[in-house]
Amino acid sequence: MYEDLKNEMLKLLSKNLRLDGRAPTDYREVTVEKGISKNAEGSARVKIGDTEVISGVKMEVIKPYSDSPEDGSMMINVELTSLSSPEFELGPPSIYAVELARITDRGIRESKSIDTKKLCIKKGEAAWMIVVDVCTLNDAGNMFDAVALAALAAMQDAVFPAYDAETGALDYKNKTTEKLPISKSPVTVTVFKYGDHLLLDPTSDEGKVYDARLTITVLENDNICSLQKGGDSAITVEETLKMIELAKQRTKELRSKL
Amino acid sequence: MGEIKVKNREVVVPGETLATGMDFLPSFGTYRDGEGIIASRLGLVNVEGKVIKLVPLSGAYHPKAGDTIIGPVTDILMTGWRVDTNSAYSAVLNLKDASSEFIARGADLRKYFTIGEYMMVKITQVTSQNLVDLTMKGPGLRKLTGGRILNVNANKVPRIIGKQGSMVSMIKQYTNCRVLVGQNGVVWISGEEPEKELLAVETIKKIEREAHIPGLTDAIKAYLEANKDGIKLSA
Repeated sequence: MYEDLKNEMLKLLSKNLRLDGRAPTDYREVTVEKGISKNAEGSARVKIGDTEVISGVKMEVIKPYSDSPEDGSMMINVELTSLSSPEFELGPPSIYAVELARITDRGIRESKSIDTKKLCIKKGEAAWMIVVDVCTLNDAGNMFDAVALAALAAMQDAVFPAYDAETGALDYKNKTTEKLPISKSPVTVTVFKYGDHLLLDPTSDEGKVYDARLTITVLENDNICSLQKGGDSAITVEETLKMIELAKQRTKELRSKL
Repeated sequence: MGEIKVKNREVVVPGETLATGMDFLPSFGTYRDGEGIIASRLGLVNVEGKVIKLVPLSGAYHPKAGDTIIGPVTDILMTGWRVDTNSAYSAVLNLKDASSEFIARGADLRKYFTIGEYMMVKITQVTSQNLVDLTMKGPGLRKLTGGRILNVNANKVPRIIGKQGSMVSMIKQYTNCRVLVGQNGVVWISGEEPEKELLAVETIKKIEREAHIPGLTDAIKAYLEANKDGIKLSA
């Protein structure tokens, strides 16, 4: 369907170039702005080039699930608003939106940065539930990295609202100074494969024609805590190792923006 | 007697009163409300004697008969192709208007144009129901292979083309690229050297940004002259 675009890209990639003049592994300018919403417990706006997403954290007190009475819980949602791209429609979440949310959720959950035991208020009766909502404002490509970065930044920004254990009343207007306990820094980078070339941070045009992609979440000590492969083509072992190496380098730079 | 409330060539927003009095006449982009003439869109005021009109600065493209447009094939029909016009209405290129070649009944139309391919076509007719008919018979009308597509604001297309095509031929001359501009705001660029192709892209974006500023041609000429070896690439 996008034969021409793909041929054009591959032609340029063989000279180590891309349509917008960047080198294959160049990232666009990244900015992270925390605390953009006063109603959310934590919030952030992330821009990667023209891509822009916002995210907010809300905290609720729920009865813990009966199979884990001492644990709080976490939930990440992604909403692809139809104003951010002509491809996004109103209605129930698309497969793409679900995948974005799952990858982001897995990256943070499997990093074990949130000790769910600490979110328990009273065993079997009350525990914190952390709800992260990510909302896209403009899709100019590389949603995977932008969404994951926004979710993490908002969680780092989050503080608990005032909670009265006696009455069980939550006062969202009064924020405490107690931060959400997030002990590690799981940053996500997606590496895309085009023919034999590896590429970072695709624009929306580039994002339409990739062969395969690997989303990698890396911690500050270079440990990998989640992987997700997408696209129709296969990835060789050597390519996987190269992708991981690229992700390790790039996550360091992204982490410094937080 | 009426009076004009704004200066000629001033930027106005929808709802702004441009003039009062029955001796002025509302034209394109304006309407009469009682005594006043009001702007209905964002644009530059143009006063020609008694007639007040707007040169729009924003807004979607609306198909018009006679326009040459660039668009991708979105569907293959029984007897033709559906083409996206970059507006609310899609267009149909019928078999008989696409090729002078004989195409047998039931032939696989994907052999000629398939979904996703861009083509330069001309609008022959727009019905009152906004059904748009296209033709590919005419000079320069064809399928576009290779190159890259750039979307710009359709209202800025006249600035990109320039007087008698002066602006676009200047871009072609400096960048050595082939450039085709559709009235619907879709631009096709193809060049041999990536540096210069990128310069053509950046120049067109610059024109789009600065279209309303006087002295555009000189500014663009200076920009092209300053970057005549192309945009430096990071690789």
